[in-house]
Amino acid sequence: MSSIRVLVGTKKGAFILTADGRRKDWKISGPHFAGWEIYHLKGSAVDPDRIYASQSSGWFGQVIQRSDDGGKTWNTPDGAAVPTPADFGKPASNRFAYEGEAGTHKWYDGTQHPWEFKRVWHIEPSLTDPDTAFAGVEDAAIFKTTNGGKTWKELPGLRKAKGNLWQPGAGGMAVHTILLDPKNAKRIFVAISAAGAFRTDDGGKTWKPINRGLKSKYELPDPDAEVGHCVHRIALHPSRADVLFMQKHWDVLRTDNAGEQWTEVSGNLPSDFGFPIDVHAHEPETVFVVPITSDSLHYPPEGKLRVYRSKTGGNEWEALTKGLPQKDCYVNVLRDAMAVDSLDPCGIYFGTTGGQVYASADGGDSWNPIVRDLPGVLSVEVQTLP
Amino acid sequence: MIRVALPFHLRNLARVDGEVQLEVTEPITVRAVLDALEARHPVLRGTIRDHGTLKRRPFVRFFACKEDLSLEPSETPLPEAVVSGVEPFLIVGAMAGG
Repeated sequence: MSSIRVLVGTKKGAFILTADGRRKDWKISGPHFAGWEIYHLKGSAVDPDRIYASQSSGWFGQVIQRSDDGGKTWNTPDGAAVPTPADFGKPASNRFAYEGEAGTHKWYDGTQHPWEFKRVWHIEPSLTDPDTAFAGVEDAAIFKTTNGGKTWKELPGLRKAKGNLWQPGAGGMAVHTILLDPKNAKRIFVAISAAGAFRTDDGGKTWKPINRGLKSKYELPDPDAEVGHCVHRIALHPSRADVLFMQKHWDVLRTDNAGEQWTEVSGNLPSDFGFPIDVHAHEPETVFVVPITSDSLHYPPEGKLRVYRSKTGGNEWEALTKGLPQKDCYVNVLRDAMAVDSLDPCGIYFGTTGGQVYASADGGDSWNPIVRDLPGVLSVEVQTLP
Repeated sequence: MIRVALPFHLRNLARVDGEVQLEVTEPITVRAVLDALEARHPVLRGTIRDHGTLKRRPFVRFFACKEDLSLEPSETPLPEAVVSGVEPFLIVGAMAGG
């Protein structure tokens, strides 16, 4: 029987939740890296026991951890090397140095501000090679490792896509989403708050903004602005990577041509503000979002935690409430904190800023908390293991 | 032998209990101690000072013999009590936030 491993990054450590394919009885391991912020963990698709983790701290900066045994033990990928003073400034597993002149981007007050590395928000392992992975970082850039995380090198073409016009939102300016096209290794999508969505068709050398159709009339009055949109999350179904779904600051949208044109599909949602969005593992037109009241009120409308599901690729949404708190609930669900497994029926998982991780083993019809009292959840990823 | 006291999170990261004891080549300065510390525990590279510039991270402070050495040049010799091992060199996570 298949089993499930849920990788949870929180504000105070990482947790690994495991269950068999029935998804009823869960074991919890952790905290790993207790006390550190774990923005993201993700396992390799080709070697599920290889898991990369982004560990960071406002005091002590960035650390990359890697497990090769499914999260039982962890090491920094270059931990065996003993540096000498001659090694200072050379690549290391936790060194993310921008290529060439770092340059500047737009600051909150409209002036130009130097690019400064702060942390890794998201690690996306390659679909074909366990030693290759991409890292989305703040200040916004994408890095790549081809040696299992020992060293990282920027793909600087992304910041050449009008990077001088990108501007941080309230949460900073980070590459928070990286989507790899399963059928075209040269094609990668990323999303950046608050710059927008971007695509490369040449393996990361050059990138183009793909934000036509996005409207942000209060934050970005220019209706033709190519960059500057606050994209919170994008998602795709592996069977058709030309179709993307987006949760923007406000608005839920879709594209059917790899981002050349977006169309709003917010439909009957009670609020089209939110952070995560994900696609059902077996139904490419079934999409999940968690509406949040507004940009000023980061909690669910009416204090009711509701996942909304569209089986029509947007516009028509139904509230999923069974097992979720329907009164006095004021948590948020962050952009990287929702994921799906690939069992049938599909499982959906999300974590909250209140420390709950909820799971549905029936495509969203009903929900149960796997765990209730973790630190605030920053990210959730799911591995379906044979 | 130089005694170095690390903050909780860096002790965990380096997987050490208590103080770290280091042989450091003279002259014994802040930089020489940090060089030796990172050579012994490579995982600490980048967590106390920047990889490239070797500049102290903003919320990390250095103390010895009740003196704050955080703003002293990194080539400043450490006090005799630290050199002789009577007092530890303290690496501290600054108080910040609420």
